[in-house]
Amino acid sequence: MISVRELTKVFGQTLAVDHVSFKVHQGQIVGFLGPNGAGKSTTLKMLTCYLPPTSGGASVNGFDIFHQSQQVRQNLGYLPENVPLYGEMRVSSYLDFRGRLREMDKDQRRQRINYVLDRCWLRPVQDKVIGHLSKGYRQRVGLADALLHDPPVLILDEPTIGLDPAQIREMRKLIKELGGHHTVILSTHILPEVEATCDRAIVIAGGRIVAQGSPDELRASRRLTARVLVECRGPRDQIVEALSRVAGVNQVEILDGGAGGDGTFITAALRSREGSDVREEVARTLMQRGWALREIRLEHVTLEEFFVEVTAEQAVGR
Amino acid sequence: MTRVITIARRELGSYFASPMAYVVMAVFLLACGFLFWDDFQPGQIAAMRNLFDWMVWMLVWTVPMLSMGLLAQEWSSGTMETLMTVPLNEVDVVLGKFAGSFMFFLVLLSPTLLYVVLLAAFAIPGIDLGPILSGYLGIVLVGGLFTAVGLFCSSLTRSQVVAAVSAAAVLFVVTIAPWWASGKTLSSTWIAIINQTVFRRYTDFSRGVIDSGNLVFFVVTTAVFLFLSVKVLESRRWK
Repeated sequence: MISVRELTKVFGQTLAVDHVSFKVHQGQIVGFLGPNGAGKSTTLKMLTCYLPPTSGGASVNGFDIFHQSQQVRQNLGYLPENVPLYGEMRVSSYLDFRGRLREMDKDQRRQRINYVLDRCWLRPVQDKVIGHLSKGYRQRVGLADALLHDPPVLILDEPTIGLDPAQIREMRKLIKELGGHHTVILSTHILPEVEATCDRAIVIAGGRIVAQGSPDELRASRRLTARVLVECRGPRDQIVEALSRVAGVNQVEILDGGAGGDGTFITAALRSREGSDVREEVARTLMQRGWALREIRLEHVTLEEFFVEVTAEQAVGR
Repeated sequence: MTRVITIARRELGSYFASPMAYVVMAVFLLACGFLFWDDFQPGQIAAMRNLFDWMVWMLVWTVPMLSMGLLAQEWSSGTMETLMTVPLNEVDVVLGKFAGSFMFFLVLLSPTLLYVVLLAAFAIPGIDLGPILSGYLGIVLVGGLFTAVGLFCSSLTRSQVVAAVSAAAVLFVVTIAPWWASGKTLSSTWIAIINQTVFRRYTDFSRGVIDSGNLVFFVVTTAVFLFLSVKVLESRRWK
């Protein structure tokens, strides 16, 4: 659906995007993840034919961004960062203007405008002047515009930036629903966004792709194994000793004493061998010794750790 | 072509949503009104030549105020990005913007047709429509050229103020040159250049002479500035 080959962009002396290659299959939602200034927006701008690449190429829906730019633009909907809109226009007349620019006929325009007004919850503000709308509504107007001509490919640059938590949830839900029917690339520097909405993440730092795969694959690739946190009461040294003898446990570490506030409970963090779940055995051991167990929990590794690690490596490597 | 019309319609509509356009229009018409008042007196010749000559001077600052936002605002607000990521090209944008702004110029000019009606009603024995029509043709051509220059200046910068001031400066120089040159001893090259300026060509129209050379001059220079705007638009994205 989208295929990017060795895409490179140089601004003066700065190498903004450095030989980036990736593929996105039909119906996938792909998160473009990276710190600010990593080259995410520049890459997306090249895919939308707004900026020409310095070298390399890409195709969207089978059309080359360089030689078939009209067809590429016909096939994609784009929500730019910060959602530029004409502030003096009303929501419905703006969408009508955009439909006319895309040469949609009258019936098609009416039908699609009705659809996107409902889809993006814009009904209550359809006759309002865009300049008077809140950030959340402006963002939805931008998305409605991107969806207007029912494009197979959607490119969303930071779709949730500046929204409040409730709006972020709505926006993510909407994006998730769009997957399957549309192929979606969204850029973000917020990790939970990728975990919440994307099938696949492409991590970019310093203009280069440093990792890609599903959120699970990314976690696995770094061998960031899950930890089991055990909160219990008993003699500290004996607990460490007993827990390290449990089959499958590699390492025991005491995080803090007196986590419960009464000064007696301690939290032990266990690293287990890959694929083994030690929770039941740990619980049994503690019971046998007569130590009180208050909580036992498997801690999921977040992409955050992964992200900090790879982008830090990139910064050191340069 | 439908895209050009779409862009032109939006541009024209945005003028009516902006207080700036109303202010410019009010000041322009007020100034025209005072000038016409002087001519519209018993014993005066029933003509608009004096008004037309002054109008060019008013357009030197009026048109840049109207054209300054055409592209500069698209650059500064980022809407250029949404505009250029639909399947259209730079020529559509430039022609659409020019047409929208030019139509607003015609709207600005249209209330002055009332003066023609007044003259026709009160002049004895009657009015000579010829020079009035050719004067209007001239002022429309000047408006077109000035709009194209304003559009070009607007394509070069993100700042509307810079666009307006630079356009007004250029228009001022090409308009004032004949005044400045009169009574000075200049080489033949300079005289030839000055003869190409807007005002000298325009005064033929207000006198009632439609010279094909003057017509061609305005159409070609307008086209040149539109072409340059297209090139600037293309090159700014390729940087």
